[in-house]
Amino acid sequence: MNNLLNHAPILIVAIPLLAAFLIPIVGKVNKKAEGITTTFALGISLALTIILAIKILSVGPQVYVFGAKSPSLTLPSGLKFPIRIMFEVDAMGIFMGLITAIVSFLGAIYSLTFMGKYDGLDKYYSLLLLLTVGMFGMEFTGDIFNFFVFLEIASIASVALISFRGTDLGEPAEAGFKYMVVSSISALMVLFAVGIFYGQYDLLNFAAIASVIKYSQLDKIALGLLVPVLAMKAGAVPMHMWTPDAYSEAPAPITMILVAASQASLYALFRVTFSLYNISLSTLTVGWVIIIFGLLSMFIGVTMAIIQKDIKRLMAYHAISQTGYMLLGVGVGLAVLANPAALQKYGITAMEGGIFHIMNHAMYKGLLFLTAGALFYRTGTRDLNKMGGLAHSMKYTTIFFIIGAAAIAGLPPFNGFASKLLIYESVYRFNPLLSIIAMVVSILTLASFVKVFHSAFLGPKLPQFKEAKEVPRSMIFAMAALSCIIIFFGLFPNLIVKNLVHPAVMSLIEQFKYTGTVLGGM
Amino acid sequence: MIDNFPFIAVIIFVGLGIYTLMFKKNLIKIAIGVCLIENGVNLFLITLGYKKGAVAPIYTQVPSGQSMVLPTPQALTLTSIVIGIATTALILSIAMMIYKHYSTLDTEQVRRLRG
Amino acid sequence: MLGLLETGSGFWSAIIWVVVVLVISSIVIYIRNKGEESYKKNTEQDKPFISGNPELSKEGSHIAASHIYWGFTEALKDYYNPLVKIHTGNINDYSGWIIIITIIILILVGVSG
Repeated sequence: MNNLLNHAPILIVAIPLLAAFLIPIVGKVNKKAEGITTTFALGISLALTIILAIKILSVGPQVYVFGAKSPSLTLPSGLKFPIRIMFEVDAMGIFMGLITAIVSFLGAIYSLTFMGKYDGLDKYYSLLLLLTVGMFGMEFTGDIFNFFVFLEIASIASVALISFRGTDLGEPAEAGFKYMVVSSISALMVLFAVGIFYGQYDLLNFAAIASVIKYSQLDKIALGLLVPVLAMKAGAVPMHMWTPDAYSEAPAPITMILVAASQASLYALFRVTFSLYNISLSTLTVGWVIIIFGLLSMFIGVTMAIIQKDIKRLMAYHAISQTGYMLLGVGVGLAVLANPAALQKYGITAMEGGIFHIMNHAMYKGLLFLTAGALFYRTGTRDLNKMGGLAHSMKYTTIFFIIGAAAIAGLPPFNGFASKLLIYESVYRFNPLLSIIAMVVSILTLASFVKVFHSAFLGPKLPQFKEAKEVPRSMIFAMAALSCIIIFFGLFPNLIVKNLVHPAVMSLIEQFKYTGTVLGGM
Repeated sequence: MIDNFPFIAVIIFVGLGIYTLMFKKNLIKIAIGVCLIENGVNLFLITLGYKKGAVAPIYTQVPSGQSMVLPTPQALTLTSIVIGIATTALILSIAMMIYKHYSTLDTEQVRRLRG
Repeated sequence: MLGLLETGSGFWSAIIWVVVVLVISSIVIYIRNKGEESYKKNTEQDKPFISGNPELSKEGSHIAASHIYWGFTEALKDYYNPLVKIHTGNINDYSGWIIIITIIILILVGVSG
């Protein structure tokens, strides 16, 4: 059992990867078994992630070295630097891993009935598993080139999934094309930065580079390439235009997983700025760059959302807007990183708010996209102008939508309120204006969800939806599970912040812990 | 000067790729632009591993005292080429799907999703 | 067990909030039940009151999404028109934005030292 635990980081990635290539064979035998196999594989991954999380939070960061005699042997035969590819999972990595595991597991369950009417489901499930593999890899890897490989796996799989309906419709293909082009640009910029690091230090390991980084002219170029492209993949304004296209055209469960995938890029942005550079970079400049990304994302995202007529496009603009909160919270933390007094006073709280918001956002935005998917499943349209009165026939979906909408708007006692409160109160001490803008954005968020609620659910029963009824059970289950998580996080935010979020924040701030796990000298 | 020549080629490749992405209106040309950037980055990686007069790092039949190049950049480049093929194939096949539905490859026309 | 979440300048506890809401709503329900009981079913009181105009059909009275916040978007026309124009949906512009922002950040990071 303990031996198995040592191999947990690789098993979390390897099981979905193996299952991805098993699915086509399983599909040849029994079409029904494809979805079940996927759910099962992702269920094992979820269980292993939880076990690994408990271990990491009690013992400390875990490394897994590929091809070494023992998985924790980072420096074989007295070498000064690591030569093997390795996974390094710390509190932040496993925090993101938990999000990925929960979201992809529930996405697979939801797909069981939601995707029932489509052909070629073996490809769908294979790609879903590969997307999960890419996300896990991005979050766990300790090697920068390996990160590039997983980034490409995730983007290729997600592009194929976005344009899954592209054989029948033009728009999904268009969205897939746009996303593919922008994500290729970003991946190639990341690769260029990898080349710069390798040319300078002959190293590819995050921790090893972090221990020798000098912030020379070349390092500045690498940083200048990495920050915008990773922010782009996370959907920061003004490079957000791919987000509404891709999110609205992908099938609903995939949209939910894409939200988590863009957060994996956000994680990479934080990993690069905090663990790789830390205080060697000019924290005030880069911090403000991230804060301005956050402000623009929050404000432009929400104002664009209000005027949308397509329900998933509206929610996609909200995803941009909520990403702004995370960028704002963590950006404030980065801006005061070199100033221990301010960091202690409000920097850590701001970062806790930002990081906690990542998980909250993955849960409630996932729930909202699933309810949008449920509406699409029963009405066959995403156009809000054509919907109305659906609360009469879809009672559970209505309740789940109310929970999700209240959480995203930051109404107490749901989870969105807890993380937004942390951000408001700490950012106010950094700069009051930022906090006020964040609150205004929250109000506008509520306003636009009132619009969705009114036009889709309220009103008289429309004749064209007389036949509409509640969605099947597997879709209800996925939405109910997310609602339970939201309510739990909302009622006991202190438990989550103390046990999951605070260690994650500290593992970002304390760079020496990250490098020390690989290079020794703890 | 001559040593920096590959890096100048990298800049030209990436610059041409960016120009293509920003100003060419044909989806296939955009795919070519992505390929150009990719080739530039690959050239950059492989140039980093260049060592004058060194041989390939194969231990059998190497003359003694002969210096060898580091295999890592070559491995990186090979991986990135393979990924590049997948990316290009996907971009082109999606461009084909777009052409089937829109009957055009002009970026000015392929924008039903906007606003 | 109250679930206090320290925010640096105060605290937040969802449990206390829920308890307070329950207490207040029970008081509200109590007061409401003391009110006058003049409501009768199936009389004039059931009909919607639209300033004396006759009621439209049930289906026709639903307000579609694009009519909501019409005033808001009309008042902020000067903000929205350029903003919507920026979202061209053209892939050239998507890559253009990435390149422009990358250059700006490269300059910012380079200048800041």
